[in-house]
Amino acid sequence: MDDVFRELYQEIILDHNKNPRHFGVPDSYTHSAEGYNPLCGDKVHVFLTVRDGKIDSISFKGEGCAISKASASVMTTLLTGMPLAEAHALMKRFVEVVTGPMDGIVDIDEERFGQLLAFVGVREFPARVKCATLAWHAMEAALKQGEGSVTTE
Amino acid sequence: MSTTVKTPEKIAGKRRFDPAVVRGEFPILSTRVHGKPLAFLDSAASSQKPEVVIETIANYYRSEHSNIHRGVYYLSEIATAKYEAARETTRRFLNAGSTREIIFTAGTTDAINLVANAYGREFFREGDEVLISGMEHHANIVSWQLVCQDLGAKLKVIPINERGELDLESLPGLISERTRMVGIVYVSNSLGTVNPVKEVIRIAHQHGVPVLVDAAQATSHLSVDVQDLDADFLAMSGHKVYGPTGVGVLYGKEHHLEKMRPFKGGGDMIRSVTFEKTTFNDLPFKFEAGTPNIAGVIGLAAALEYVMAFDINEVAAWEDELLQYGENLLAGVPGLRRIGTAAHRAGSLAFVLADVHPHDIGTLLDHEGVAIRTGHHCTQPVMSYFKVPATSRASVAMYNNKADLEALQRGLLKIVEVFR
Ligand SMILES: Cc1ncc(COP(=O)(O)O)c(C=O)c1O
Repeated sequence: MDDVFRELYQEIILDHNKNPRHFGVPDSYTHSAEGYNPLCGDKVHVFLTVRDGKIDSISFKGEGCAISKASASVMTTLLTGMPLAEAHALMKRFVEVVTGPMDGIVDIDEERFGQLLAFVGVREFPARVKCATLAWHAMEAALKQGEGSVTTE
Repeated sequence: MSTTVKTPEKIAGKRRFDPAVVRGEFPILSTRVHGKPLAFLDSAASSQKPEVVIETIANYYRSEHSNIHRGVYYLSEIATAKYEAARETTRRFLNAGSTREIIFTAGTTDAINLVANAYGREFFREGDEVLISGMEHHANIVSWQLVCQDLGAKLKVIPINERGELDLESLPGLISERTRMVGIVYVSNSLGTVNPVKEVIRIAHQHGVPVLVDAAQATSHLSVDVQDLDADFLAMSGHKVYGPTGVGVLYGKEHHLEKMRPFKGGGDMIRSVTFEKTTFNDLPFKFEAGTPNIAGVIGLAAALEYVMAFDINEVAAWEDELLQYGENLLAGVPGLRRIGTAAHRAGSLAFVLADVHPHDIGTLLDHEGVAIRTGHHCTQPVMSYFKVPATSRASVAMYNNKADLEALQRGLLKIVEVFR
């Protein structure tokens, strides 16, 4: 258990799972989308307000495993206040973080996005990659279509 | 690897059931997972295979294979004889009256779809009703739904209670003069409930309604006797009863099968074909179009012989002991709630653990060598009823032992610790 714990269930993940940040449905928002994983029934609904080409605020709601919940929570903390172009780039980067080769290099700005390193362990658990990317895919869908549902299948 | 297959010693016609010996006959169970001994507790999804089944299939391909019902040469005759002998073995396993009532399919799902299409599309009309239970596997929901939608027929549901038992009292009131079929699961895969199928059939027959029994989970835990049940149709899968995947059985009463149209068209199911008209083959071949899963059917027969060598009551007693033992161990895990507490159960122990998602449980247990199933178990309506998105399910088969369940409990206690 200790090794799995180290690889997959890092302290950051357990913390965000237990105390998810920006959790809930806001009174108002400009974009939203739901991510759904039909395999396990996990659902993440993201809500965001975009103003002047910048993500003003994000929150999320849903139910899922520790990986999907922590991933959504970390995402909200990182993307808040971020210009859209940079947000898109980070979303792409995150998918690389969790799907890259086992021994591959993780190329991220550790100073700013070090929290994402907690998800590198997911690479070793192919069945769990979708858990980690669910909220990020929902985020992308929200920005693309404004409103809708996205699945990870 | 040796190719000799040990024939089990027989005691008074039946082989004595010794769990330790049986366990040794399933080679996969000695696998180590992440450095730990495998505790395989997911037999409800698919059971493992004894050496004799693996060898029978290998041997078939090594020295007996050819297509059946076609050639007049040596190999084809052997393969055909084995295939038809498997039908007789299956008849004996289900205690059917005739091999004409035994149709080989790709599995339970395929068997139910056969009935929904070949019986349902033939005899259901707009406004008719199909009655199923609230604990059906998607196979016994969606197959009927598709046909009902096309025909304008209605799917109605027999409710379940908070223990996961069928509300039998409501059944007579739910059967109307438009009810054309009752579909009922014998043993629930997500709750472990053993349904009073014989009673359901008796009540349905009082109203002249035929019953299809989904016996996917039942075959490895109970003796399934289609004549005693008086079932009209019964579906089972080979892979849940120690046999291969991709093969299953539809039992159907001959008088129903006779008046049904074929479900699939092709070779083997015909008597004569012209471009104007085809006359169909006799039962059971009418429903077995195309080259069947010959190796699968022969492997299935080996599995059924393996099971029938034992007194099923001895097997059931061991499995009950394991379930009881597991139940007590689970009760010692803080925050654990069992789902499915029917008085009469077999095979499965489902549960949820406070605040820990089943997916996390599954991944963490895997690293303890413990294989369980997590998710909705193809029974989403059951999940909705119990207001959980998913559950974790440990299930036992004849080859499990108490150490498997102890490994489960140890793993769960660690998870509770980690997620505290
Ligand atoms: C109760 C029940 N019915 C039907 C099925 C479907 O069986 P198969 O996938 O072998 O067709 C299953 C398998 O999970 C089951 O447990």
